[in-house]
Amino acid sequence: MDLRFGDSKPTDEERAAVDALLGPPESSWEGADRSDADLRWARGGRAARDRRDLLLPGLHALNDRVGWISEGGLDYLCRRLTVPPSEAYGVATFYAMFSVRPRPATVLHVCTDLACAAAGAPKLCEAAEARLGPGSGVKVERAPCLGLCERAPAALVIRAGESARPAFEDEVRSGPKGGPGAQLPGNGIEKGRRGRRTAVCAPATPDTAVQAATTPENAPEEPAAALAVPQAPDPRLLLLGRVGTVDPAGLDDYRAHGGYTALRRAFALGPAGVIREVTDSGLLGRGGAAFPTGRKWQATASQPDHPHYLVCNADESEPGTFKDRVLMEGDPYALVEAMTVAAYATGARHGYLYLRGEYPRALVRMEHAITQARARGLLGDDILGQGFSFDVEIRRGAGAYICGEETALFNSIEGFRGEPRSKPPFPVEKGLFGKPTVANNVETLVNVLPILTLGAQAYAAIGTGASTGPKLFCVSGSVARPGIYELPFGATLGELLTLAGVRDGLRAVLLGGAAGGFVRPDELDIPLTFEGTREAGTTLGSGVVMAFDDTVPLPRLLLRIAEFFRDESCGQCVPCRVGTVRQEEALHRIAARTGADAAADITLLREVGRAMRDASICGLGQTAWNAVESAIDRLGAYE
Amino acid sequence: MTVTPLGIPRRLLEFTLDGEPVRAPEGSTILDACRAAGKDVPTLCEGDTLTPKNACRVCVVEVEGARTLVPACSRKAEAGMEVRTGTERARHSRKVVLELLASSVDLSTTPRVAEWLKEYEAKPDRFGPDAARLNEEPRVDNDLYVRDYGKCILCYKCVDACGDQWQNTFAISVAGRGFDARIAVEHDAPLTDSACVYCGNCIEVCPTGALSFKSEFDMREAGTWDESRQTRTTTVCAYCGVGCNLTLHVQDNEIVKVTSPHDNPVTHGNLCIKGRFGYQHVQNRD
Repeated sequence: MDLRFGDSKPTDEERAAVDALLGPPESSWEGADRSDADLRWARGGRAARDRRDLLLPGLHALNDRVGWISEGGLDYLCRRLTVPPSEAYGVATFYAMFSVRPRPATVLHVCTDLACAAAGAPKLCEAAEARLGPGSGVKVERAPCLGLCERAPAALVIRAGESARPAFEDEVRSGPKGGPGAQLPGNGIEKGRRGRRTAVCAPATPDTAVQAATTPENAPEEPAAALAVPQAPDPRLLLLGRVGTVDPAGLDDYRAHGGYTALRRAFALGPAGVIREVTDSGLLGRGGAAFPTGRKWQATASQPDHPHYLVCNADESEPGTFKDRVLMEGDPYALVEAMTVAAYATGARHGYLYLRGEYPRALVRMEHAITQARARGLLGDDILGQGFSFDVEIRRGAGAYICGEETALFNSIEGFRGEPRSKPPFPVEKGLFGKPTVANNVETLVNVLPILTLGAQAYAAIGTGASTGPKLFCVSGSVARPGIYELPFGATLGELLTLAGVRDGLRAVLLGGAAGGFVRPDELDIPLTFEGTREAGTTLGSGVVMAFDDTVPLPRLLLRIAEFFRDESCGQCVPCRVGTVRQEEALHRIAARTGADAAADITLLREVGRAMRDASICGLGQTAWNAVESAIDRLGAYE
Repeated sequence: MTVTPLGIPRRLLEFTLDGEPVRAPEGSTILDACRAAGKDVPTLCEGDTLTPKNACRVCVVEVEGARTLVPACSRKAEAGMEVRTGTERARHSRKVVLELLASSVDLSTTPRVAEWLKEYEAKPDRFGPDAARLNEEPRVDNDLYVRDYGKCILCYKCVDACGDQWQNTFAISVAGRGFDARIAVEHDAPLTDSACVYCGNCIEVCPTGALSFKSEFDMREAGTWDESRQTRTTTVCAYCGVGCNLTLHVQDNEIVKVTSPHDNPVTHGNLCIKGRFGYQHVQNRD
């Protein structure tokens, strides 16, 4: 590889941000000043290129510090990691949270997705844009779902600046008792600059959003995660039982509430025993694909190739989904424990938690939990004296729905563009870094704990025969008590909506998010199980249940879904790259048309949709037409 | 003496292709089997010297038991597989893919695409006059070759040829996302500010003419490009001792472009700047 770097130089700030992550450069081959020794031998090669997976953290470091990624900063990062600048540029431009053009240090992300749009996001966005003009030092960006649907409309402020350690550390310092803004970290104040901060503003009004954007350090503290769980506190809940009762920062408190009993049981059972329990429990993946977890674990564990990797997919980006955020914010140690169990069963010694970039509080809590667990010997070498070693590394996403697809997620971790790979080979055989990898959703992993503490039989007795255990549902939209609900599989849609206090005038329910489908208000007896929804011709997906009343025009919702897929298509394959654009164009044309006027475009939509479903590489393109199709066929949109 | 590498003997797999039993060596793709059986499956992003990227999805076929269609170019043949290449479902996807491409990209210099559009009865204009197109202007920033991204179908072949599959220069990459994704050098700079070494191996693999010799681009602009009046002569590059094969495309006694045979066992169609572009001395008669 013959790398060529441009003449742009990094600023001191950019250099410091990259060096804080990678350590100071050791030779001029890595960007330090040239010494005599550098002329005698070349450093680089395979050892240097093996750090490619630090590209995404490096881009984050630059973006966190200065708010955008300059030519000089990118070139310096490339030099440090021996990455071709063209590839790094391709990666940097892939993610929505990065900018390769100068922008103000503060960015206000206003969610304009389904739940927020129905709660007045367009007006919020316009008002914020009008008040935060060019001179305000704030850039307003319209964002896809921020995963705060229970508090719609939502906005997220991210202000770049110096921080003591990687991003968001400041929140740990100041919270939970001191309140945000109590203490700014580092010496940012002395230099007359403000440190990096984030503020979540939900539900947002133009006033609160503008205020949070201009002074994020004074933004009111985010309400406790338990407020997103209307059932909480309820210790009978298997997955959410600790949310609201346990201190998310306290490892001792977690253990006092039954924490780490599952891991002890796992050590007693041995890896094969754990896999047997998980298989017998009938646990199906909760990320949307409903693949049997036990089978996945068994397939990975039996691979002769080593090392094995464990990846926890916390890149929760399906519009309307926020269960993983609440789990990580409310009960972070449960995920650490569950990942340890999964790693033990599948023979992985290294785990990655790929966390959505838009979840600042979940990141802080998980970082804290992992540090604590490591300090107490529950991660690292020789866990609980059992001779088993495992550690978890957090990787932050940067705004790409597609990275929730497991192979795209692997590419993202490895420092490449988050484009899905073609399968086969499947991840259990060749996954992260080309090695056998087990990739599970947060909720799936957390389910492993009750499986081990209750035993597979007792767990399998919950729910229905084909869909066992409890399920988390993300209820939002036109309901009195939006939030995460834990119900055993088999409850009907109507029961769930009654629990959440559905409002009058229900027009449609979206199941499974943008990749899911709409159902009618007269179909509320659909059982919420994988098989029940499949029989009803719809999908459970990731557990999204979004209720819409008749005040929201259906064509506008469909248009928003189409825009979402157009924005989030990675662009790799033609059916999805161009098909999502054509789908959006057709929905634009018929936004105000019905009947015969819309018929030609609906035929077009069907043909393009069918090709997207049949010929796209990954699930994004394959499901991009689902919701629109269901709205046309089930709800009679455009009739 | 030419040594033809025979490789390890490969087991033959038996499977069904359009109802006919066929045998294909282990490791070969469905596309290999289709071609061996004389079936014409359209391909765009597939390249004979590159690892299949299966990005264009125009070669999709139906495999019994698979939920979606599978790309023939990259899916390996398996024993007992039942493959159907001409079903209504496969043809529908090919048709729509061709329509989507033709409605957004300038395919005027893509070989065979007109024939396929006709065969699959594709109607690219049915997306209306306002259908988004790439709308890129040709980038003429050096004397050797032109990048006309209005003709780019984003097949990744140039990126793969420039990167780890052949040249290891990594001058270009895909930048941006979705419909806005484009092939670009770092910071979307002109080629002259990039790592490009002007080997032209990206032009060699480009399936649409988005990348072309400056000489070809200028002649097409002037309307003087006429392949029927061109001869192709394969010879040996005279610059160094490697002995790469060159195919000189000559029109009116002038070399208008240089390619290289892909079946050359050493170079596989790759050249360096001298072999690819250093031919002016041949025609400089002063």
